[in-house]
Amino acid sequence: MTSISSASPAFTGKDPQNRLFGPLPDVTADAGYEAGHPKRVGFFTDTSVCIGCKACEVACKEWNTLPMDDSHGTRDVIGLSGMSYDNTGQLGANSWRHVAFIEQVRTVDLPMPTFGRPGDDRQGSGPSPAVSGDADSQAHAQASVLNAEALSEYDPQTGQSGTDKQIRWLMSSDVCKHCTHAGCLDVCPTGALFRTEFGTVVVQGDICNGCGYCVPSCPYGVINRREDDGRVFKCTMCYDRLTDGLMPACATACPTQSIQFGDLDELQARADARLATLQSQGVETARLYGRDEDDGVGGNGAFFLLLDEPEVYGLPPDPIVTTRDLPAMWKAAGKAALMIVGVAVSAVLSSRRPR
Amino acid sequence: MVDEVEFTSYYGRPVIKPPVWKSPEVQLYLFFGGASGAAAVLGALGEFTRRPVMTRSAHLFAGGGALASVGLLIVDLGRPERFLHMLRVFKPTSPLSVGSYILSPFSALAVATAGLHVLGRYPVLRRLAAVGSAAFAGPLATYTGVLLANTAVPSWHAAGTKLPYVFGASGMAAGGGITMALSPVAEAAPARRFAVAGAVIELAVMQRVESGHGIVSEPYHEGKAGTMLRLAKACTAAGAAVTVAAGRRRAGAVLGGALLAAGSALTRFGVYEAGMVSARDPKYTVVPQRERIAARAAEQAAAGQGAAEQPPTDHASTITR
Repeated sequence: MTSISSASPAFTGKDPQNRLFGPLPDVTADAGYEAGHPKRVGFFTDTSVCIGCKACEVACKEWNTLPMDDSHGTRDVIGLSGMSYDNTGQLGANSWRHVAFIEQVRTVDLPMPTFGRPGDDRQGSGPSPAVSGDADSQAHAQASVLNAEALSEYDPQTGQSGTDKQIRWLMSSDVCKHCTHAGCLDVCPTGALFRTEFGTVVVQGDICNGCGYCVPSCPYGVINRREDDGRVFKCTMCYDRLTDGLMPACATACPTQSIQFGDLDELQARADARLATLQSQGVETARLYGRDEDDGVGGNGAFFLLLDEPEVYGLPPDPIVTTRDLPAMWKAAGKAALMIVGVAVSAVLSSRRPR
Repeated sequence: MVDEVEFTSYYGRPVIKPPVWKSPEVQLYLFFGGASGAAAVLGALGEFTRRPVMTRSAHLFAGGGALASVGLLIVDLGRPERFLHMLRVFKPTSPLSVGSYILSPFSALAVATAGLHVLGRYPVLRRLAAVGSAAFAGPLATYTGVLLANTAVPSWHAAGTKLPYVFGASGMAAGGGITMALSPVAEAAPARRFAVAGAVIELAVMQRVESGHGIVSEPYHEGKAGTMLRLAKACTAAGAAVTVAAGRRRAGAVLGGALLAAGSALTRFGVYEAGMVSARDPKYTVVPQRERIAARAAEQAAAGQGAAEQPPTDHASTITR
């Protein structure tokens, strides 16, 4: 028995096998592949070692022969975004990898005994370290500069400019998440989007009729329509390379192993270890994104280690696959349809028959 | 009403991609689908109650509307020549797939009914076709609500169980109103009642869409969408009032029907625009998700650490402060 969609639960409203929502241990088998299919593969993008070089973007564009576009997805236009070193701007039909670049500046309001002349900090309007004695305050100030909070917020990519400002750069190579429950795949009416034997989600270009329904259904805003072509495009995790036993182009090109490709379970273990290492070093803001199989999309095939809240990188903090709520919507539509017929029947019955 | 919210975004860029559908084709499709569906239901009932002109008017409009719907839907495709790919597979998880299987038989049967009316022959066949089209007409009028709501667009998704009622009732108002306007007043009593009931339900449910969903209700009463929806309400309410007061006179029926149709169309355009606004502004994606996370954390704290983690079963995005 094969099925191209998670059909039955939409009618029953129950989802005991998590076909619409929730963890799915073998997403490939759920899509109808027989035992012996390849293991689910994925990307682990460790943004703590991303240097923002955009080699992944270039490799992706070259391998997949993606057209040039500007930061708004307009094709064949050279345009600077004017907002940062990021001139790709977003994922879309022509950009399947997008290196986000964020510069964060904060004013340091901690006493800073190691900078400036001794005693300067006493004239500030902030809490005066002189109150409890010099030796004490020195120790206290040092402790606050070096405490875990300060480290976690402004490490590991801390730079300092002047004595009152700290700047850090966050870089992250974004990509299609190849969700366990993929909204785009669920809503595609033609079957152009499908689950591959590797557990990834791919568009078949010869089937897609450009209805565009997948575009607003992706909770991450990944897939988009190429306007002059009419069809939708997104990351295929280099399906062609995978079938030949090669790594995806982006992971091959990444010089810092920020983009790691492999079997998903292996990557998950590696990511957990990496997170533990960073946290033991005091980087408390490090977190995994898309790793949790209990999240709104059943976990991602391409997941991330981030150093700040997801929305800082342009990622939704708590995405859900839209079809989770579809059974309730279908029920409402059914009832509303009955309402129309019911009102029409009573309108006819209650009206006097014309002579 | 809604507090000033703090949120972070990536240079103010949208988190999700706004729909790429063509405007006004899609909004007009929503309108014609709803109105012709509702008219087909009226027409099918009219076949059995000695109202020949009302029945004929309803079916002619339903047939024309069905043709227009199909045309608009095909034009909206990025690859219109591949429209038949819609019928390669059937997927209950895709409202557009289900909708294709509703619209195809509906339009075939509605056009057949209208054609047999024009031909003036084969009344039995015509009645069969009329009943057949009526069977698909209700779902056609309401599925479009699911079509919009089953996306990541915050203002549509949050209203997912209400939009089918809004669109269904709005279709009743328009379909009933247009049938009423095209029929002699002596025959049009059911159309009047049907249209007024639709208008009342539309206004009531729309009120809940506009105020029941916290921050994602905001786009429904701000800016262009807000203006269109206020105008829609005024038209719909005025149309219902005119129908009740003067629907038994020719001029009243025409004016009432026109106002109801205009109100219905404006509702579609307004709801569509509100969704577009909510998709373009990352605030409407991030803030409700943050609230969801906070609510979950509060729930877990209240339940204690021992409680088993369970996935939310409700519309989590409807959680408001």
